[in-house]
Amino acid sequence: MKETIEKVSIIISKGSLEGIYPGLIMANGARAEGIEVNLFFTFFGLDAIYAKRHEHIKLATVGNPGLHFATWAGGLPGVSSLMTHYMERKMGTLDIPSIPDFMEMIYETGAGIYACKASVDLFGLEKNDLIPEVQDIITVGEFYEKAAGGEIIFT
Amino acid sequence: MTTTNVDIPGVELNEEGFFVHPEQWTEDIVPELARREGIDELTDAHWKVIRFMRSEYLEKGAGPTVRALGKTSGVSVRELYQLFPKGPAKVAAKIAGIPKPRGCI
Repeated sequence: MKETIEKVSIIISKGSLEGIYPGLIMANGARAEGIEVNLFFTFFGLDAIYAKRHEHIKLATVGNPGLHFATWAGGLPGVSSLMTHYMERKMGTLDIPSIPDFMEMIYETGAGIYACKASVDLFGLEKNDLIPEVQDIITVGEFYEKAAGGEIIFT
Repeated sequence: MTTTNVDIPGVELNEEGFFVHPEQWTEDIVPELARREGIDELTDAHWKVIRFMRSEYLEKGAGPTVRALGKTSGVSVRELYQLFPKGPAKVAAKIAGIPKPRGCI
């Protein structure tokens, strides 16, 4: 019998477009394979579930050599917005959902969605600042309890 | 799991349990295919998804992913996972006798 993965817990720690999407795609893809999934949002990754901000996630145009821009060009006013807009349009043509839509869909798949308590406290947030799909604000210890018996992926 | 089941006459499955020849599929064997996936009772909603997968495949040459299913089949993503807890597109494709849908979203 082929070896299978039964459960994954994915940590999203970055708040940029390219920092958030991979974890969401892996979470959604795991559910599609019938794998149990927990998503844990920590540090700037919290922006993906912060109701005021999750529609305004930007692509990092500074310190991102993958864009093959001159470093100074990435820092010009408006460049990040422009590149984000361009990327979002391209993703739209491939039917990749926006971050808010993606979060809703992942919730519908039955994945667990959790916020890191230390980060929520650090940013002075409360449960009702987060999107309704968030099940709970949990400590790192509680995260490990939920992750027990599965794989952990840090992004 | 498929590996513990005897062969279905006239049907060739690959290692993962997908049909090698989708034309070998008939609706008569759907209950047996579903049982192998842990679905003992096929509801109308199961049939709706299975038939939709099949018709999408016949029309487009590939089965839809969960996102596409949720948008076009008339069954919500939440309900799809209730019907096929081990992965809606994947399991429904097996039961519908079509290749595994390929797509990351």
